[in-house]
Amino acid sequence: MTKTSDLNRRDFLKASAVTSGLLFGFELRFDGRMAAAATSGDPKETSLHAFIEVNTSDRVTILVGKSEMGQGIYTSIPAILADELGARWDQVRIEQALPSPAFRNPGRGTMITGGSTSIRENWDTLRNAGAAVREMLITAASNRWGVKPSECWAENGLVRGPDKYLATFGSLAIDAGKLTPPASPTPKSADKYTLIGTAVPRRDTPAKVEGKAQYGIDVKVPGMVYAAVRNAPVFGADVANLDEVSKVPDGILAIEAVPNGVAAVAETWWPAKKAVEALKLKFTKTDADGLDSDGMTERFRKALGGKGATAHTEGDLEAGLAGAKRVLDAEYEVPFLAHATMEPQNCTARVEKDGADVWIGSQAQEIVQGVTAQLTGLPMDKIRVHTPFLGGGFGRRFESDLVVQAVTLSKKLGRPVKVLWTREEDMQHDFYRPASLVQFRAGIDGEGKPVAWQNKVASPSIMSRVAPPMVKDGLDTVSVEGAFNLPYDLGAVKVDYFMENSHVPVGFWRSVGHSQNAFGVECFLDELAHAAGKDPYEYRRGLLSRSPRHRAVLDLAAKEAGWGEPLPKGRHRGIAVHESFGSYVAQVAEVSVDKAGDPRVHRVVCAIDCGQVTNPNTVEAQMDSAITFGLSAALFGTITLLDGQVEQSNFHDYMILRMNEMPKVEVHIVPSTEAPGGVGEPGTPPIAPAVANALFAATGKRLRKLPLVE
Amino acid sequence: MKLKINGEDREVAVNPETPMLWVLRDVLGMTGTKFGCGMAQCGSCTVHMDGKPVRTCVLPASMFEGKAVTTIEGLSTDRSHPVQKAWIAEEVPQCGYCQSGQIMTAVALIAKIPEPTDEDIDREMSPILCRCGTYQRIKRAIHRAAREMKEAKSE
Repeated sequence: MTKTSDLNRRDFLKASAVTSGLLFGFELRFDGRMAAAATSGDPKETSLHAFIEVNTSDRVTILVGKSEMGQGIYTSIPAILADELGARWDQVRIEQALPSPAFRNPGRGTMITGGSTSIRENWDTLRNAGAAVREMLITAASNRWGVKPSECWAENGLVRGPDKYLATFGSLAIDAGKLTPPASPTPKSADKYTLIGTAVPRRDTPAKVEGKAQYGIDVKVPGMVYAAVRNAPVFGADVANLDEVSKVPDGILAIEAVPNGVAAVAETWWPAKKAVEALKLKFTKTDADGLDSDGMTERFRKALGGKGATAHTEGDLEAGLAGAKRVLDAEYEVPFLAHATMEPQNCTARVEKDGADVWIGSQAQEIVQGVTAQLTGLPMDKIRVHTPFLGGGFGRRFESDLVVQAVTLSKKLGRPVKVLWTREEDMQHDFYRPASLVQFRAGIDGEGKPVAWQNKVASPSIMSRVAPPMVKDGLDTVSVEGAFNLPYDLGAVKVDYFMENSHVPVGFWRSVGHSQNAFGVECFLDELAHAAGKDPYEYRRGLLSRSPRHRAVLDLAAKEAGWGEPLPKGRHRGIAVHESFGSYVAQVAEVSVDKAGDPRVHRVVCAIDCGQVTNPNTVEAQMDSAITFGLSAALFGTITLLDGQVEQSNFHDYMILRMNEMPKVEVHIVPSTEAPGGVGEPGTPPIAPAVANALFAATGKRLRKLPLVE
Repeated sequence: MKLKINGEDREVAVNPETPMLWVLRDVLGMTGTKFGCGMAQCGSCTVHMDGKPVRTCVLPASMFEGKAVTTIEGLSTDRSHPVQKAWIAEEVPQCGYCQSGQIMTAVALIAKIPEPTDEDIDREMSPILCRCGTYQRIKRAIHRAAREMKEAKSE
C-alpha cells in the first residue's frame, strides 16, 4: 500500500464526519480581547473528526487540541477517547492538532489550555466523540454481518458479534465512514472503563528522557534568523533613543524596534544577545517610574479605605459583629509573583505574502492566530499555529507578547525569525500573579463559633486587562475566587473587592485568585480556631456541615498525617483545605524551625477529591507539582518593584524550591464517581496556609505576609 | 575549532568565547541540551566534560577543546541507559524541559557514588532546578538506576 492511498483511506472516516454536521453544539461566548481572536469561530466545524481518525491499516489517530505543558494531557485525552472507542492503546497514535474552533471547551469563545479545564470541561464531548465513532464501527459491522447492532460490541480494537463474528477497526473504517454519526451516542458506564482511571504511561516520556522532545525554543525553520530583545525596564516605557543606537554592528543582521523594546538579529542567538545588551539605550519616562513595592502596598491600603464592589453578602454583618463575644482583625499580604517557566519565553514566526506560520508553546492558539492576523492583515485561516511541547506554562503562555515581537520582525525582515528572551527579560517582563492586601474581621460567639466574617480584598484585576466585559461594576470575581464562596458556616458574611490596578501587568498564575485568597482565608480561620481554643482540624470540621466533600478530604488528610499523634521533637503540623477548579484538596504540612529561624518543610500529606479520575499517576504528579510550585512561592517567592522596575532577574534572587528543600509529599486520592474536577491547579492553594499554620504551631508567631522566609 | 562530542569529531567555525550551549544548540543543532538561566543557576544546560557534569551556558566552547563531551543525545541511541530506563519506569518528566540536565547530572552522580543515599542525591542534584516539582520521582529513579546498575555489574 502506498502512503498516499493510506492517507486517502485514513481520511474516509474523517471526511464523512465533517460533512455529517454538528454533533456537539458549542455555545460561543465572545468576550473582550478574546473576541478578536475568535472571529473565525464557526461552531459548525465542530465534529468528531477533530478528535479521531481510523484508517484502513487499523491505526487510530487521535488529535489533541490541548497543549502539553507537563500536566499529561497529551496522554489523558487520547486515553479517554480510546477507552470509549474500545481501541487498543498500542494502535493509538497521537498528533498535536493545529488550532480549530473544534477544540474549544464547550461554552468558551477561544481555545485554551488552562483553568484546569481540559478534562472537566470536555469530559462529555470527549466521551461522546469516542462513543460515536465506536457506534459507527459497530453499525458498519452489524450491517456487514446482518445482525443487530445491539448484538455487537467493541473491545481491544475489534468489533465482535454473535457467532464469533470479529472485525478489526481498520477493516470497518471505510464502511463506517459512510455512516451518519449518531446524534446522541451512549458513553460507557464507569464500570466498563479499561483506560480511564488507570495509570496509562505518558506518551511523551520517552522523547523527554533522550532530549528529543521538541519545545518552542528548539524549533528550526530553513532560513531562520535569531533575535534577542531588550524590553523597556519600566512597563509602559519605550526606547527613547532608537536613532542613536540603530547602527548595525559587524556580525549582526539588524537592530530593529519592536513593541516594548528593541531587538538585535543575527544568524545565531548568542551574537544577537551580546549586541542588544551592548546598546546604550535610554527609555521614556512614565508615571510609574517612582513606584516601589512599599508604595504599592500603600496604594492597596488606601483602596481598602474607599468604596469596594461586593462579591458576596449573607446575613447582617454589622449585627453579627455587634453580637459577637469577641472580634478579631487581621491583615494579610501577598506579593507579585513571576511564572518562571523553565523554558524562557520564545516564539518563531514566518510571515509570507499569502500565509504565516507561528511556532510557539501557547496555551491559547487562537489568540496567537488573532494577533498574527491583526499584525499581518492575513486571514485567520492562513495562519498556522504550531504547538510544540511547552517547557512549563502555569498561565504565562496565555500571553502573545512574544508573538507580537516575532511576527513584527519576520514581517519586517522577510525571513523566519526566532525571538528568544533571556531569563532576565523573562523574569522582568512577565504578567505577574497579582499582589494583594487583604483585611479580615470576624466575630466569634461564646463557644468560639464564627457569627460574622468580613473580608476585604485589594489587588489588581486580571480580567480588566484580558476580558473587560467580565468585570461588572468594579467586581472581578477572579480576584476574589476562593474568598467569596467559602464552604464554612461563618454566620453573616460580606466579601468586598477593591480594584487597584497599576502599571505592572498581571496574569493567570497557577490557581489564579485562589493562590492568594486561600492563604488569608485558611490562616485567618486558624486564628479563629486559636482564639476559640479549639484544635484547627476539629474547628474546620465543625464548620463544614454544608460541604461533605471538603470534610472528607480534610478527614483523610488528617488521618493519613496522624493528626493529633505525637511528632518528633521540634516538628509541628498545620492544616488547610480548599476547593478550586472543581476539586477539593486538604493538606497537612509538617515543619520545623532551625536556630536561625528559617522554616523547613519535612512532609506534606495531601488528600484530593477530583471526582472521576482519568489517570491516578497524573493526579499524584500534579499534586507533587502544585505543592512544589506553591511552596516555592510560600517560602521564597516575591517580585518587588524599585523605581517602577522589577528587581528580581534570575534564579539567584527569584528562588524556586530545590531538591534538598523538597518535603516528602504523600498523595491520597478519594475514590469518586462524581464529575471530574481539575487537577493542574487545585494542589497549589492549600500549601501556603498549611505551612504558615504549622509555623504558628511551632513558634506561636502568626505570619501574615508572604513569602515566609525574609 | 575542533570538538569531540558524543564520540564524534566536529569542527565548528565560531567565536571561541561563545558559550558551549549555543554551539551545541544553534551551530550543531543538538537541542537536547537546554537554556534555562544563562548564569549556572538552574543546570538545564548540563553536559559531561570528561565525565564530569558542567554548565554549558557559562563555559566558553574553547574550554571543551581536547575534552570528551557527552550530551543527552550521546547517552544512548535507544533510551537504553539505565538512568533513562529508570526515568521511564518512574515516569519522572512533566514538562520535561529540565530533564536532560537532571539525567546528565544523575548519570555523573551514580558514576561517582554507585550507591547514593538520599543525602547524596540531595547534595548532588540540588543545583538542578525543576519548576514542575519532579524531585521525588527523580530521587526514586536514581535509586532504581543505581540498583539496576549494581545488579547488572554483579551478574
